Amino acid sequence: MITAEQKPIQEIMEYVRPYSRILLVGCNECVTVCAAGGRKEVGLLSSALQMAFMQEGKVLDVKEMTLERQCDPEYVEELAGSINQVEAVLSMACGCGVQEVARRFKEKPVYPALNTKFMGASERQGVWAERCQGCGDCVLGLTGGICPIARCSKRLLNGPCGGSSHGKCEINPDVDCAWQLIWDRLKALGLEKRYEDIAPAKDWRASRDGGPRRIIREDLAS
Amino acid sequence: MKTQSALEKVLAAGHLAVTSECGPPRGALPDKIKEKAELLRGYVDAINVTDNQTAMVRMSSFAACLFIGQMGLQPILQMVTRDRNRLAMQSDIIGAYAHGIDTMLCLTGDHPCFGDHPMAANVYDLDSIQFVQMVKIMRDEGKFQGGDEIQNPPKMFIGAAANPFGDPFELRVARLAKKVKAGADFIQTQCIYDLDRFEKWMEGVRDRGLDEKVSILAGVTPFKSVGMAKYMKNKVPGMSVPDELIKRMSGVPKDKQPEEGIKICVETMQRLKEVKGVRGFHLMAIEWEQKVPEIVERAGLHPRPLV
Amino acid sequence: MKTFEPVIVAFCCHYCAYTAADMAGSMRRCYPSNIRIIRVPCSGKVDAIHMMKAFQKGADGVYVAGCLEGDCHFKNGNTQAARRVAYVKRLLDEIGIGGERLEMITMSAGMGERFASTASDFTEKIRRLGPNPIKGLKKAEAV
Repeated sequence: MITAEQKPIQEIMEYVRPYSRILLVGCNECVTVCAAGGRKEVGLLSSALQMAFMQEGKVLDVKEMTLERQCDPEYVEELAGSINQVEAVLSMACGCGVQEVARRFKEKPVYPALNTKFMGASERQGVWAERCQGCGDCVLGLTGGICPIARCSKRLLNGPCGGSSHGKCEINPDVDCAWQLIWDRLKALGLEKRYEDIAPAKDWRASRDGGPRRIIREDLAS
Repeated sequence: MKTQSALEKVLAAGHLAVTSECGPPRGALPDKIKEKAELLRGYVDAINVTDNQTAMVRMSSFAACLFIGQMGLQPILQMVTRDRNRLAMQSDIIGAYAHGIDTMLCLTGDHPCFGDHPMAANVYDLDSIQFVQMVKIMRDEGKFQGGDEIQNPPKMFIGAAANPFGDPFELRVARLAKKVKAGADFIQTQCIYDLDRFEKWMEGVRDRGLDEKVSILAGVTPFKSVGMAKYMKNKVPGMSVPDELIKRMSGVPKDKQPEEGIKICVETMQRLKEVKGVRGFHLMAIEWEQKVPEIVERAGLHPRPLV
Repeated sequence: MKTFEPVIVAFCCHYCAYTAADMAGSMRRCYPSNIRIIRVPCSGKVDAIHMMKAFQKGADGVYVAGCLEGDCHFKNGNTQAARRVAYVKRLLDEIGIGGERLEMITMSAGMGERFASTASDFTEKIRRLGPNPIKGLKKAEAV
């Protein structure tokens, strides 16, 4: 899923300061799962903003809505009925949702309440970790199901650098060395031989380096 | 001979090679790099010039190599994949070669988080193995990485690094094998203090016949003090410093520690000379270049051969 | 000037603090009438939004009273509540209300004395801190 974290409240307040009526929009998808921008967080942020501004002598009118998905126009359309009652939108979705709302309602300023972080998985309750960089050309089949692009600090494709120490990355002892994980897994699978094949220089065109990407499914596209 | 490299000639003639390194200055100070290099004249076969070592901005390796070349010394261009994509790397390589630089060391580079620009974007378009492969294809096939032909391709003598002390240990020989397969001509190792582990690694290297395919220069760094020894042991990831060396350093008074550090270094080199497959030394006297001549002499590696 | 009489909301777990409040009553132990008790099935049931809304609606202090460590009827509701309280305390600091107006307290059902003394101590603490900063402002707006 896409993970996100709420921005510092002071930064959000600076966005909202010029307005007295805002629409605070959450999303029921990824940001709900990572507890950053679901219905609960919408309620909390609304309450926090109202109390914070009240101390400045200002009554902030916050209309709260949480959409099924903020990155799909069908759901964003649900805001159409409320958009004219507010001066601005504060979105608690990932960057995709913020942009979809901005695209649909061109006349309304839209502000992000979250910092979108990464594509990751839940390691345990309350902890999420990066797993995929969306490079567009998956190598997991060669690396035992552990991604060196997302999980090696230097995104090395041919093995661990000299800084791998006791299974940890040189940048931080809390970070696992991706190549230690890959090697352990290749061994467990009896696929060690695979390690000695040189992974050629990667074609980054499939990644962001090829320019903004898009998928078109001819059979589905309208 | 693949290249005009002086280092290649020394190795081909069967001599134990000696290289050392110079860190370029953190400013437009040509005299600094010249002073450091002058200390090494006549004592080493070639001088590595580091590329933004420890991710700190310094004068570019290429520019500093030019000064060293103009002095009639042999520079080794170090280049890391951290700061440049493959376009920038290849243009610098042909530029350097056009200026007579014919030996280089291909590295990944320390992560930016260790340096003075932790906020910088890191590039890592290639890893060190892909980098070696690229330079080899440039030389042997006369082609850019993208496939186009190079006019007057750069003939680089290609070096790579190896750390026998990184984890997982069992991968360390395999990783060297990959670098050899990619086209490395010579290897400079991480500083060796843990001779037992190094010898164990070399055994694995010889078992696979890799020592026949690549020239391994053993890396050594003298301790200046017990503090430095402890720092190397505890703070540098992928470094192995045995406790007895720490004990030995702390067993002598502070003013005698530099001499003890040099003694340890020379003894290490003497023992490494006996290890089959070691073809020379890479002497990294960190901010202590003036001691290189003494160490080379005491290790019995002076005078340097004329090739 | 009249002494400031704070409004305090106490979310009390049915299995401990709420029973302890009863116990305090049957012991004829007095505690301040400032405390508004809200009975909850477990302190873990108290969400961050409940604490926030209490302040937004004018409470000067809020505490969540749950079972002693290891004694939660639902295994770990009390530890979850403690973490949630810590989170909301930070949020209250950030928005200028002040995290010290919110506390997590633990006790057992038999601790009538502790219930009463906690209620008195917390009331005193909030009295010293003064009113919730948004309280007067809200009234002014309502006029």
